[in-house]
Amino acid sequence: MRHTIAVLVKDHPGILARVASLFTRRGFNIESLAVGHTEETDISRMTIVVKGDERVLEQITKQLNKLIDVIRVKDISPQNSVERELALIKVNTNSLPARSEIIQTVDIFRANIIDVNSQIMTIETTGTEDKINALIELLRPFGLKEVVRTGKIALSRGSVTSSGLKK
Amino acid sequence: MRLTGAQIVVECLKKEDVKVIFGIPGGVIMPLYDVLYSETSIKHILTRHEQGAAHAADGYARATGKVGVCVATSGPGATNLVTGLANAYLDSIPLVAFTGQVPTNLIGTDAFQEVDICGITLPITKNNYVVRDVKDLARIVQEAFYIARTGRPGPVLIDFPKDIQLAQTEFEYPKKICLNGYKPTFSGNVKQIKAAVQAIKNAKKPVIYAGGGVISSNASSELRDLVLKTNIPVTTTLMGLGSFPETHSLSLGMLGMHGTPYANYAMSDADLIIALGVRFDDRITGKLDEFGSNAKVIHIDIDPAEVGKNVLVDIPIIGDVKDILEKLNKYILKKKETEWLEKIKDWKRKYPLKYCKNNGELKPQYIMEAINKITKVGTVIVTDVGQHQMWAAQYYQYNEPRTFISSGGLGTMGYGLPAAIGAKMGCPEKRVICISGDGSFQMNLQEIATAINNNLAITVIIMNNGYLGMVRQWQEFFFNKRYAETTLNGNPDFVKLVEAYGGTGIRVNKKQELYPALEKALSLDKFVLIDCLIPKEENVFPMVAPGSPISKMIGVE
Repeated sequence: MRHTIAVLVKDHPGILARVASLFTRRGFNIESLAVGHTEETDISRMTIVVKGDERVLEQITKQLNKLIDVIRVKDISPQNSVERELALIKVNTNSLPARSEIIQTVDIFRANIIDVNSQIMTIETTGTEDKINALIELLRPFGLKEVVRTGKIALSRGSVTSSGLKK
Repeated sequence: MRLTGAQIVVECLKKEDVKVIFGIPGGVIMPLYDVLYSETSIKHILTRHEQGAAHAADGYARATGKVGVCVATSGPGATNLVTGLANAYLDSIPLVAFTGQVPTNLIGTDAFQEVDICGITLPITKNNYVVRDVKDLARIVQEAFYIARTGRPGPVLIDFPKDIQLAQTEFEYPKKICLNGYKPTFSGNVKQIKAAVQAIKNAKKPVIYAGGGVISSNASSELRDLVLKTNIPVTTTLMGLGSFPETHSLSLGMLGMHGTPYANYAMSDADLIIALGVRFDDRITGKLDEFGSNAKVIHIDIDPAEVGKNVLVDIPIIGDVKDILEKLNKYILKKKETEWLEKIKDWKRKYPLKYCKNNGELKPQYIMEAINKITKVGTVIVTDVGQHQMWAAQYYQYNEPRTFISSGGLGTMGYGLPAAIGAKMGCPEKRVICISGDGSFQMNLQEIATAINNNLAITVIIMNNGYLGMVRQWQEFFFNKRYAETTLNGNPDFVKLVEAYGGTGIRVNKKQELYPALEKALSLDKFVLIDCLIPKEENVFPMVAPGSPISKMIGVE
């Protein structure tokens, strides 16, 4: 079972190492990890996708909470959240038919072409993991040169927030 | 007041009421030592190895309940602290360690004696800091002490670059600590406490399983109140020895791998386990599936991550054990499960701790019984790690908290002597006896110099069998007596060794020589080492083989 957890952390040097080493030494597997700033200065948000049953999730949550620089840990269930991932895909476009087929596919997926020359096209797409997987699979036959993905980020739906740090 | 970083640290130590620190100077920590040189209110104990400093600070913390402090220089000084920090981390002991660091402009360049000690100690400290701006220093030191001693205690390391020690700033000790990621739960949930009261009321075969958390939260008297009211028998972990008086009829002694048969039987047969400040370690539970399989479990602990980690818990109560027991005791009703107590009495009668006494040999168990007989309540027993540690746990009766000091979680050989030094520095009025083995003792024997140099009247008992005894015992049982590298050939003459340092050494070869030697050692107000030659292949019993349930003990019939 996969879980998405949001971890709000103090923006101290070494916090990423602290979180990552915790996962390693406790034997938890990170599937993806995305880090970035939040609406509050000095606070970053890590979105971590992990595999494990409820008990593993409980241990991860508790162990993360023990880190002094971790302010809040929240399990974000897929039913009650919006999640997105960004991917950049560089694909071969040596033949003309390939080129038009790729452009059609990009249109269907509402992705964008952000760089192009006679040899390659770089495509930008955001969406759920499944959508990005699907796009990549459709582009694979043309020859994928390079793929980079951000890892998932997520927010709870509605007015529920994970932060609410202001007193 | 404008002060240098080094002066600020010393001022902070005074604010935190630190009286004794342990350490060794070196290249980049010299500015701090220069300030300590003229500071009269803080005593610095120069150990002979940084590991000794860390263990001494740890022993000091365990004996006094205060935060232990140790200091080392960068690089090798810092890495030498690592075992001591890991030891304190696994046993939840409050420590603050200061390490020198190369100047900030050299960090990351592989400078002389540079090591990333924060990276190295990441998994073995509760938190750690590199001070990058002298303006943050006072706050960091204050936080470090606060984090070390509150919640589940543990070691905190502060890496202190040389230029920051010399940099100046206005000194002001922060009035308030602001850590919004650190708010340990202190008071237990009342609803849960009431559920526990109900479960205790309904239990027919309850047992209390008390650990180090009872000692670190100073909850011994609350535990005693609970037991006297409910007549529930108490077993303690190695870390919990002394939390409940072992001379009391409701004491079951220690449980687990080398626990008493009656403690292990009681745990296996219980219908309610009341776990206080414990973490269901593998040395306690044996085969996990069969541990307490008939029992409901109440688990009281300050660390939520320990609840449900190894064993499923029916009634978890997160918070300080002392605070929760105080509340629990208000609601709890008197009870006495006579049938259960009779059953336990019967186990105690049938399966006492025993060893073969008949051939006049100097048995290690006999040594501990003798020490138990001639020392007063309040004597602090510090141990190293191995067979002697288990005999010390089994055959001495601990009646007060903080009187048994031992490396539990990490099992650090070499812990005993420096920890005894720390304990004696913390409690000079108490008698401190260090029980060691010939293997363990040689892992930190350089600290004899520290003890003698500071006139510390510590009695060291070496149970000398010429083996790494506990490993040999395992080889005997589980490796067909193939004693691979466990024979300690080339041991020194420990009597002469201690004499070379200016201390007193006594050798005990025979049983009859033991009492006179102990009496002499305890009458002298100085460092005395007694080298006891014990039977080479004596084993620790009972013993639960790894992977077996705790009710199945070798050496019990």
